[in-house]
Formats: sequence, C-alpha cells, structure tokens
Amino acid sequence: MTTTIIRTTTKILAPLILVFGSYIILHGHLTPGGGFQGGAVFASGLALLIVANNKEKVKELFDKVPLSQLESLGALGFLGIGALGLMGYTFLKNVIANSDFLFGAPTPKGINPGYLNTGGTLSYLNIFVGTKVLAGLTSIVLIFFLILRRERDEW
Amino acid sequence: MMEHLPALMIAVPLFGAFTAPLFKKHYREVSIWTIIITGITVVLSLLLAKEVVTGGIMVYVFGADKPTLVLPSGYSVPIRIMFEVDAMSVFMAISATLMSFIGALYSYSHVERETGLEKYYALLMLLEVGILGMVLTGDLFNLFVFLEIAGIAGSALVGFRNYRGEASEAGIKYLMVSSVASLMVLFAVGILYGQYGNLNLAYIAKNVSFNMVDMIALGLLFTSFAMKCGAVPMHYWVPDAYTEVPAGINPPLLVATYASLYALFRVSFTLFANVVIDLARVGWIMSILGVLTMFIGVTMALVQKDVKRLMSYHAISQTGYMLLGVGVGLTVLHDPSKLAEFGRDAMAGGVFHIINHIIYKSLLLMTAGALFYVTGTRNLNEMGGLARKMPITAISFMVGAAAISGLPPFNGFASKLLIYETSYRLNPLLTVFAMVTSVLTLASFVKVFASAFLGPPLEKFENTREVPKPMIIAMVILAALCILFGLFPNLVLDKLVYPAVDALINFAQYHSWGGLA
Repeated sequence: MTTTIIRTTTKILAPLILVFGSYIILHGHLTPGGGFQGGAVFASGLALLIVANNKEKVKELFDKVPLSQLESLGALGFLGIGALGLMGYTFLKNVIANSDFLFGAPTPKGINPGYLNTGGTLSYLNIFVGTKVLAGLTSIVLIFFLILRRERDEW
Repeated sequence: MMEHLPALMIAVPLFGAFTAPLFKKHYREVSIWTIIITGITVVLSLLLAKEVVTGGIMVYVFGADKPTLVLPSGYSVPIRIMFEVDAMSVFMAISATLMSFIGALYSYSHVERETGLEKYYALLMLLEVGILGMVLTGDLFNLFVFLEIAGIAGSALVGFRNYRGEASEAGIKYLMVSSVASLMVLFAVGILYGQYGNLNLAYIAKNVSFNMVDMIALGLLFTSFAMKCGAVPMHYWVPDAYTEVPAGINPPLLVATYASLYALFRVSFTLFANVVIDLARVGWIMSILGVLTMFIGVTMALVQKDVKRLMSYHAISQTGYMLLGVGVGLTVLHDPSKLAEFGRDAMAGGVFHIINHIIYKSLLLMTAGALFYVTGTRNLNEMGGLARKMPITAISFMVGAAAISGLPPFNGFASKLLIYETSYRLNPLLTVFAMVTSVLTLASFVKVFASAFLGPPLEKFENTREVPKPMIIAMVILAALCILFGLFPNLVLDKLVYPAVDALINFAQYHSWGGLA
C-alpha cells in the first residue's frame, strides 16, 4: 500500500510525531497528557513508519527491537518506583520530590512557567508508563501489519 | 512490615506477572516461577487474615505518609486511593490466592504441550491481581479498574487454545460480557461521583441519600455484578467460558466470578446499607434470583453430554445457593431479632458455600480436565471404564461429586444445611427448591460417574495411564480440603466465615474506616 505520497509525508511527519510523543511523556507532570497519552502518540509515529515501509524491512528491523521486554521493563519500573515508597512511608509515596535527585528539585511557589526538573516520582512513573504503552501499542500494530498485510503491492 | 501487607498482596503477583514474559521459551522455568509467586501470595494472604481477624479492619492509603492516614490534616473527605480490608475481603483473598496456587500447580503438567506459555502464566497472575484488587479495594473507581483487569486477563485465558474455534468464540463472549458489565459499573460510579464528589466507598456509603438517581446506580451495579457472577438470566456466558478454558485456569476463573459476587454483596451491604426501607426488597430480589439460578442451572445441566459443560451448568446452579443464603440475610438486615435468629446463620451459609463451592467445583473441573488430558475428548458417551486406569482421579471425582450434592461428611453438606435451615424460616418454598436442586445435582453426577469411570474397559483406552504428578497433587489437596472442611466445619466457620459475615453486618465499622475517622 506504500505510495510516494505516504513515504514523503512520513519522512517529514514521523520525526515530529516521535519528538512530540516524548515531549508529552516528559512533561506529563506539567502539561495535559502524561505517560499513556505520550506513549500512544509515540506509538502512532512508529505505526506511520511501519505502514510506510515494506514488510521485509519492517520484519528485519523489529526482530532486533525487544518490544515485549520493553513492555515488561515499563511495568516492572513502575512497580519498583512504587516500592521505593515502602522505605518508611507507603507504596507509591512521592519520596523523590524535594530530594535534589533527578526530577527532585523543589517546586517554586506562585505563578511560574513550570519546571521540568520537578515532580519526583510522578515523572518517573510517566516515563515507565510511556515505555510500556509505546511498546504494547506498537506490538499490536506490528502483529496486525504482519498478519493482514497483502504479500504483493496491488496499487 | 505487617502494615504494608495489603499493598504487597497486589505488588507481588504483579511483579510475577510482568517478569513472566521475560522467560521467553523457558516454559518449565516460568511455570515453576508462577508456582513460587502464587505460593508466596498464599502465605501473604494467610498473614493478612491473621492481622485482620485479630486486629479488625485494616486500611492502607496509597501515597500517604502513613498507611492509616485516611484524612490528612485539614481534610474532611478522603482524597487518596485506599485499600480497606475487612474479614470478608480477607476471606475472598484467601480463596483467590489458594486457587491461583492450585491452578498454577495443575497447569505445570496440564498445558505443557501448548505454546506461548509465558503469556499464559503472566495472564494467570494478572487474573489473580485483578481478583485481589477487587476484593481488597475501598474505592469505587479502583473496583472498576480491577474488574477490567480480571475481565481482560480472563477472556484472554478463555481463548487461550485459539486453534480451537470454540475457544475463540467463548473468549470473545466473555470479553463482551465483562466489558458490558464493567461499562455499566463505570456509568454507575460516574452517577455516584457526580452527586457526592468522591469515590471512596465508605464516604459515599455514609452520605448516600437514595434518591432516584441513586436507585439507578444501585440497579446498574446490581445487574452488572449479577451478570458477571453468572446469575440467571445472565448466565449464558458461563458454560462456554468454563468449558473452553484450560482446566488449570478454572480455579482462578471461578474465584473471579465470585469476586463479582463479593462486589455485589459489598454494594448491597456496604454502599447502600443505610437505606433502611428498600433493603428488604433488594434482599428478596437476591433470594428469588438465587432460587431461579439454582433451579434453571441444574435443569440445564441434566441434559448435557460434554462433561465440562455439565459441570459449568452446575457452577451456575451452585451460585444460586450463595445468592439465596446472603439474600435471606439481607432481607432481615435491619431487623435485629430476626437477624440474630436466622439472618446471620443464613449469611454464614451463603459465604461458607462460596469457599466450599470454589474448592469442590475446581476439583471437579480439574478431574474433567484430567479426563480430557488422557482421552482427548470431553464427550461422556465416548468414555468408559476409566476408574481402573485412573484410580486417584476417580476417587477425587467421587469426593467432589459427593460434596457438590451435599452428602455428609463433605463440605457441601455443612454449608447447604445452614442454608436449608435458615431459608426455611424466611419462606419454606425457598428450601423446597434448594433441596430439589440438590437431589437433581446428585442425579446428574451419578450419571457422569457411571459413564466416565464405570463400565467395561474400552479398547481405545487400553494404554491410558494416570495423569502426571503435579495434577494429582493439585487434585488431592482439594479433595483433602473437601473432607477437612466437611469434618470440621466449625474450624472454618469460627475463624473465617463468621468474622466475614459480621464484617458485612457491622457496616458502620466499614463506614468509619475501622474507627479511624
């Protein structure tokens, strides 16, 4: 089904969509959206790349990408971050906030543009959820593509 | 560490579930891993039960400074997601962990010839997570989330043997039923949230005013949970799902069904318990639904030829006993003298029947799975004379069949007797139906036993042997529990069932988060 139009559009749009997806994941604690939404946007960029290429190339490329491992990693990371709170507090307690660790800077009071280096546990959770969602959705698209794709381009 | 038990109950199986796909093609290792993880959850649930039965309701507030910090300073409403574990939750949690363990043990041999087992075991543990979340949570939206997890994991497992067309059909059917049910639950939760501005079960229950909109919410919740627990007339998905699912998943899937029953009790006893006038009516609806369920289920079972399908219809019929027992209790909840006289015992019968039924029905479905494992068919007409070849399976089947028919000294007798005695006090007609159902149950199991195990040995089963050891161990554990619970019912009744019933009756305790606010 790949045509010149799809290929050209993909060349321009796919990098933008991927960057936008990562932006939504990373700014999950500041702006609307978050891990799930960003992961879905990222996966749609990958889906665009999948449909713009032919079957052999996609298969060759994604054989090397450990999608199911990434999915497990996302979920296990979420659990691990949650379990950090068990050290003295409760499960999922935001222990990283205000700890000067990465994403742990104190949040300034009052009206401000929003600082990326805040949020503590939330930012980590967003990243892990984003990883899981992009891996999961991409593997769904990939399965549909590999099963349902016509062998020969009939266009 | 003890105060973190409710969180660990979810975290441990979740960890197991997400590690399982990393095993890839090492099927033997992943099944051992599942047995270990589910074994750990059994221990955790027993510890939790000890804490709750001795120390009362346990609250776990996620993300707070302390697990018991329900109302942070300056707040008059709870703002965080919390788990609220009372004796009823613990009772269900023990059933869930025990059955997941048995299921994992049984699956070790039962599905060893299949492929994709790392996903199978991951889904098994996710199903366990869903059930445990449903029964431990104290938050309505959380209940919906875990209902979805259990529903999706369950439907994927029902369709696991996807090379069989029937399995895919049953999986889709289960998926449809669970998504319709959980959407209705979500709608009802939305109605309640719109009015009371909070999702905490106890908080809503304290403030519920039972206006027209609340009645709609109660109706939606009642219907969708009744649908998910397989009550007539929403029972059509049960036979398909139970028949097609691999027999090792039957025990956790049964508990998933009864987790919906738990949610039904939680909604009618805790959420709407303050509604004095209309609760008796809800109780009557539940009792009559129970009688209908047991009678229609058993009459459908009598004509089946497929051994697992027959047992699935019996599962529907047995659900009726639980609805009847607890429904009788609900009818008289606001009448202290009648409650003490027979209401409490009726509920004890219903609740005790949950764990009894889970045990013997899992046992029976697993013997049916064993028959399928050696003969490759589920049609009763094609079997025969297998008792000589598979003595342990035959004995386990006899124990299970005697228990489900309510013969002493097996566990079904203990709970059914409680239900007969107490429902008679409400209305003798209910008891008549319950006893007739029991007789019909015995009749159909005599048929199964005669056609599968007795009779002359068939030539085509010349070379069959007893099933592998893990399957035998799983069946023998359950058969031993059947006899143990039947010989010493007081042990379970005093330690687990009556605390669970009292937790349902003393809803004021639940409403105040175990006295924390």
